[in-house]
Amino acid sequence: MFSFLLRRLLTFVPTFFGVTIVAFAFIRLLPGDPILLLAGERGVSPERYNELAAQFGFDRPMWVQYFEYIGGIFQGDLGTSFVTKKPVLDEFFALFPATLELAICAITLAVVLGIPAGVIAAVNRGKFFDQALMSTALVGYSMPIFWWALLLIIVFSSGLGWTPVSGRISLLYFFDTPTGFMLIDSLMSGQKGAFVSAISHLILPTIVLATIPLAIIARQTRSAMLEVLGEDYVRTARAKGLAPLVINGVHALRNAMIPVITVIGLSVGTLLAGAILTETIFSWPGIGKWMVDSIFRRDYQVVQGGLLMIATIVMVVNLTVDVLYGLINPKIRKG
Amino acid sequence: MIRLFKTAALASGAALLASSVAASTLVYCSEGSPEGFDPALYTSGTSFDASSRNVYNRLVEFERGTTQTIPSLAESWDVSEDGMEYTFHLRQGVKFQKTDFFTPTRDFNAEDVIFSFERQRDPEHPFHLASGGTWEYFNGMSMPDLVKSVEKIDDYTVKFSLTRPEAPFIANIAMDFASILSAEYAAQLEEAGTLELLNQQPVGTGPFTFVGYQKDAVIRYRANEDYWRGKAEIDNLVFAITPDASVRYQKLKAGECHVMPYPNPADLEAMKSDPDVNLMSQEGLNTGYLAYNTQMAPFDDARVRKALNMAINKQAIIDVVFQGAGKAAKNPIPPTIWSYNDAVEDDPYDPEAAKALLEEAGVSGLEMNVWAMPVQRPYNPNARRMAELIQEDFAKVGVKANIVSYEWGEYLSRSKEIDRDGAILLGWTGDNGDPDNFLAVLLGCDAVGGSNRAQWCNETFDALIQKAKLTSDKAERTKLYEEAQVVFKDQAPWATIAHSVVFEPIRNEVGNYKIDPFGGHIFYGVSLEN
Repeated sequence: MFSFLLRRLLTFVPTFFGVTIVAFAFIRLLPGDPILLLAGERGVSPERYNELAAQFGFDRPMWVQYFEYIGGIFQGDLGTSFVTKKPVLDEFFALFPATLELAICAITLAVVLGIPAGVIAAVNRGKFFDQALMSTALVGYSMPIFWWALLLIIVFSSGLGWTPVSGRISLLYFFDTPTGFMLIDSLMSGQKGAFVSAISHLILPTIVLATIPLAIIARQTRSAMLEVLGEDYVRTARAKGLAPLVINGVHALRNAMIPVITVIGLSVGTLLAGAILTETIFSWPGIGKWMVDSIFRRDYQVVQGGLLMIATIVMVVNLTVDVLYGLINPKIRKG
Repeated sequence: MIRLFKTAALASGAALLASSVAASTLVYCSEGSPEGFDPALYTSGTSFDASSRNVYNRLVEFERGTTQTIPSLAESWDVSEDGMEYTFHLRQGVKFQKTDFFTPTRDFNAEDVIFSFERQRDPEHPFHLASGGTWEYFNGMSMPDLVKSVEKIDDYTVKFSLTRPEAPFIANIAMDFASILSAEYAAQLEEAGTLELLNQQPVGTGPFTFVGYQKDAVIRYRANEDYWRGKAEIDNLVFAITPDASVRYQKLKAGECHVMPYPNPADLEAMKSDPDVNLMSQEGLNTGYLAYNTQMAPFDDARVRKALNMAINKQAIIDVVFQGAGKAAKNPIPPTIWSYNDAVEDDPYDPEAAKALLEEAGVSGLEMNVWAMPVQRPYNPNARRMAELIQEDFAKVGVKANIVSYEWGEYLSRSKEIDRDGAILLGWTGDNGDPDNFLAVLLGCDAVGGSNRAQWCNETFDALIQKAKLTSDKAERTKLYEEAQVVFKDQAPWATIAHSVVFEPIRNEVGNYKIDPFGGHIFYGVSLEN
């Protein structure tokens, strides 16, 4: 197990450096000069342009800028935003808990509903329930996020008045947010009703963000279960007279979980990407919108720093998934 | 569970209403997050709304809802004979806001004015580089070249010496970047070594005191009890940051906010018929235009330019590109700017006359480029579509137009080149409401090869706008600018296309709200009925 972990960790290092190069190059390869974009129609004189380029270090050779970026990473410094003039890491950590809170809720919802739905569909293969579930999943998978989100807002917020339109908590509440997780902070604040308000604000964005992963997990669980249910050992278990619940729930599901865990791990990337739209529509103050704005402004430091942080998170999650495989399936950790 | 949320949602709505009886809270669904709270560091209206327009004052300000300048922290000012010295007499007894992080020990005085300008002007000033500041507007308005010195005469008198006479100077210092900050607060921050807080926790003399900001979510203010113009009618001001326009409208409908900016054009019809909403509108402080390169044949002939202007069907552009949220432009300045010459007659839409005029100028089989911007702007929401309409219009008079486009930064710099081909779609949003800010910046001889995209240098026109710079007599300046607009129309360096129309839906309980021609959102003077 130890050597398995070590091997996985070693692949982490080149991937990490690959990401730094991609993140660094991506934003610089896009056409568009941050100084000209900042100046807009007003324009900027050549002298002033050179002054600004020198102030932000854009005039130095690419490789110098790259090594400064790498040097900064090892000192925990991702630079300063060209636009807001604030350290990139400070901005990231101020916003990331909001994204994380939403992502955790969404993935939890997707797993809690998606796996049972997939299992039930597989067991009832070809019957009405299976077809209904899988059609719903297809619809969920194909729906444009912004359209789905607006539909929910119009029905449940404006129409029925059950949920708030957007934001993380009602404007009535005002307290410090030491952890950045609104559910925890609202509980800690001791203000009456704050926690319920935080939950009610989470409902719609969670549903919207969970929709696609939920559909994928349900479909993946179903197909993995179908495969496993056709195996000899399942037939043997049936022949042995084991209860269907034990066969499906214990023997089959455990073996069907491997591809499902892969999908869950991969959905972390999807969740962060989906968060961009979901966060914008629900005015959810997370990193999705922050990254999009920064790309448009060619805010080099934010884009390369933010991308690196997001990529690192995805890599860590994938690493964890790999380790989980090893735990579930001994063949992998020996292989 | 759903019932529980419904109760909670109702309760919070009711509480918001109830609290508005005891202490009125106006919620503004703003379109984005401020980049910071120091208006001199930024150029976006979003940052100005959150800082200069509600927290700070300036020496001179724009009267709410107009582009006229009125005295503010300066009660009055004298201009020297040669127009090179401006002496400001400061208002006495003005208090800076008291907050959790700062308690002022003295009133506003000349030190604060000196600090607010020197930090932008002097590269050696401790606050100059500390903020990573580029002082965009201070530089953009050429203040480093224009202002020779800022001196304190006594505690309540400050003198600005200029390097040349410049009548628009007063309008310049009414702009957001010229907001007056507290020198005492800055000194406190310098002592604590936390210079960056100047940009995060603002202290001003304005109507609203900053309370707190949760990034990308909400900004809170309370009315400044000691405000020198008198306390604001609303007690609390909240900016609920809501980037999506459709969601802002849903919040407005649900009563979760009272005022929202930048509605979706598609929502306007619904807003007009919504009984709870008052849809306000006004022309924006901008002009969208098509600039010919007047130094390249055949566009060096005014007849050709006139003919092409007559070929453009502006009404179709207003209907299709602006979806009604625009007004056809006939002058280079928008109607909200003083000296707008309403007597000028626009070139009529007349393809037949256009053909005849082209023939008269000896032009046939003309093929040209029309540049379309790659970005959306208030003065041109869809340049590509606009270029296509113009292409069709030109085809009707026998001119073949090819549409070209570049990445935005590239577009801006390439279009400055004197030997650039064809005609370019672009526009301008006014900075200080002074006609000079449009006419000299975009059409003056000095700006050829720069922001004068028509590369147009006309002696008569330039003499008029140069003369208008030198006098501070407004009636005299108005006359000169009116005349300049006549010359412009006659020479037609641009096809003036449109001014956008700004819409602002507000809830019926909001009283005395005015649309700011500069695109700001100002809440002093606004009331909230129960």
